[in-house]
Amino acid sequence: MTDLTNLTVAQIRDGHRAGNFSAVEVAEAFNANVAGAKALNAFIVETPDHALAAAKAADADRAAGTLKPLSGVPIGMKDLFATNGVQTTAASHMLEGFVPRYESTVSQKLWDAGAGMLGKLNLDQFAMGSSNETSYFGNVISPWKRNDGGNAALAPGGSSGGSSSAIAARLCPAATGTDTGGSIRQPAAFTGISGIKPTYGRCSRWGIVAFASSLDQAGPMARDVRDCAIMLENMAGFDPKDATSLNLPVPDWEAALSSDLKGKTVGIPKEYRLEGIDPDIDAMWDAGIAMLKDAGAEVAQISLPHTKYALPAYYIIAPAEASSNLARYDGVRYGLRDLPQGAGLQDMYAATRADGFGPEVKRRIMIGTYVLSAGFYDAYYTQAQKVRTLIARDFEAAFASCDVILAPTAPSAAFGLGEKTADPLAMYLNDVFAVPASLAGLPAMSVPAALNREGLPLGLQIIGKAFDEQGVLNAGLAIEERAGFTARAEKWW
Amino acid sequence: MAIDQATVRKIASLARIAISDAEAAAMEGELNGILGWVEQLGEVDVTGVEPMTAVIPNNLRLRDDVVDADPLTGGNRRDDVLANAPAPQHGFFGVPKVIE
Repeated sequence: MTDLTNLTVAQIRDGHRAGNFSAVEVAEAFNANVAGAKALNAFIVETPDHALAAAKAADADRAAGTLKPLSGVPIGMKDLFATNGVQTTAASHMLEGFVPRYESTVSQKLWDAGAGMLGKLNLDQFAMGSSNETSYFGNVISPWKRNDGGNAALAPGGSSGGSSSAIAARLCPAATGTDTGGSIRQPAAFTGISGIKPTYGRCSRWGIVAFASSLDQAGPMARDVRDCAIMLENMAGFDPKDATSLNLPVPDWEAALSSDLKGKTVGIPKEYRLEGIDPDIDAMWDAGIAMLKDAGAEVAQISLPHTKYALPAYYIIAPAEASSNLARYDGVRYGLRDLPQGAGLQDMYAATRADGFGPEVKRRIMIGTYVLSAGFYDAYYTQAQKVRTLIARDFEAAFASCDVILAPTAPSAAFGLGEKTADPLAMYLNDVFAVPASLAGLPAMSVPAALNREGLPLGLQIIGKAFDEQGVLNAGLAIEERAGFTARAEKWW
Repeated sequence: MAIDQATVRKIASLARIAISDAEAAAMEGELNGILGWVEQLGEVDVTGVEPMTAVIPNNLRLRDDVVDADPLTGGNRRDDVLANAPAPQHGFFGVPKVIE
C-alpha cells in the first residue's frame, strides 16, 4: 500500500472519495509522522484528536453521500490563527496558555469544508522574523541539509517556518500561512514547496493575531500549485467581521487551472537583478523565463524603479502598525501578567511587556513607537506611506505591458540557524524580493524551481495583478510542470 | 539622526517596556543601525504624492444598527471575555490598586 503521507491534498481528496482508503487511515498516518518528528520542532501543540474526529466525520459523510470539498484532508494550522479551545500563542511567551473561546474565520472555513487539524504550527514570534529563530518555543529546523556532508541545521524560513518544515517533511499535506512581508513565500522557497499570498483582503483577518494590519494576509502552503488553489478556495471569502475583507465571489481557481500561457506576457523587472547575487539564483531565474516562454508566454523587460526603497519603507510601516497592534498586550485582559511586588498599573504594563515579548518583537515595537512619535511622524511614517504609493504605482505602470511578473522569491537558499541572528538588518534583507508585492497588496506565489549547488531548493516568485490569483496560479503551474521539481529532504529526524 | 540612550529609554517608556541599562545600550546600536538604513527614503522625490491609506480600493462598511447582530461579537459574552484574564474578580478584570 502506498504511503498515504506522500499524497497531495488533491490525491487524498480524490482517493478518499473513490473509496481507496479511509480518512481515519490518512489521519492516523499523518498523526504518526507528526509524533515522530519532534526533532523538527514544527508544532507547538499537536491535536491528533481533532484530526481523527474530522476523519471519522469524513468517513461518515462519504457513507451518507455528503462529502465536503476537503473531507478526509488533515492540515496544519499556523499558531497565529485563533482556534477555539486550543492554545494559540503566536509563538510568544505573552500568549502562552491563551486558549481562545472563538475560532478565526479562515480556520472555521477550513473545518466547515471538512478538513481536520493535526496541530498548531510554530512560527517566528508574532510572525516577526525570516528564519523561525524568534519563537519563544524554540527554533524550527528545516528537514533539508546541504549536500556537503556537514550536518548544519538550516532555517525553514519565516515567519511560517513550522508550516514549511512540516509540509516538506510530510507531516501534513498542506498548512495555513500568513504573509506580511514574505512570510509565506520565503519559507516555501527555502523548503521546496509552494505557497500563495492572495490579494490583500481575500482572506479574512478576523481571529488572526495582528502584526501589521495593512499588510497581513493569510494564504495556503502545500506541495504543489493545485493544492494551493484547493486550499485557497476554502480559506478565502467575504467576512463582515473584517473591515478590509473584499466583498467578491471566490473563483473556482482549481477548475480554471491551465498552464497554457498563450497570449500572456511575463514581465521581468530589471531592478531585481542584484549586483553580486548568488549565480544559482540568476540561473534559476533565466531557466524560469525559458519555461514560461515554452508555455506560450511572451516576455517583456519591465522596470519597477522604486524597488530599492520597498524594504526600508516596509521597516517603517510594519513596525509602526505592530507597535499600535501590540499595545493590547497589557497584562490585564488576556495573556501574561507580570506584577512585581508593590507595583502599580504602569509598572505592571512595563514588566509584563518586558517579560512577554522577545528581543525582535521589542525592537520592532520600539522602532514603531519612535517613527510614530511627535516630531518624527512626517519624516518617517508619512514619507514611507508616500513611497508605498509610488511602489504601488510602479506595479500599476508595469502591468500595462504584462500580465504577471517573474522574479526570484529570495536572494539566497536557506541559511544556517544562527548565521544571521547577530545582525537584524542582514536578516531583513532576505525579504528584498518579497516585500514590494506585500506593500502593493498584490497576489504572489512561490513555486520550487531548482536545487542550488549545495542541493538546497530555490523558489521562483510570480506576482500578479490585484484579484488575479488565477493568472498567478497558472504561471506557477507552467513552471511546476516544466521544472519537474521532485527532490525532497532525506529523512534524518 | 542618531538616537542616544536617553532617547532609547524615552521610547521604551512610551512603549511601556521595562529595559535595563545593558538592554538600552545594546538597543541604541541596533536602533541606530535600522534608522540609519531607513534614512535613504528621504532621497525619494514625493512631491505631490499622497500617502497610501488603502492598498486595495475598498469602501468601509457600516454594519446594521442591531444589537448583537453577530452573536460572536455581540454582547452577553462576559465569561468568554474573562476566560483568559490573568486576574478576573467578581466578573471584572482585576488590576493593581490605582487610587489610594
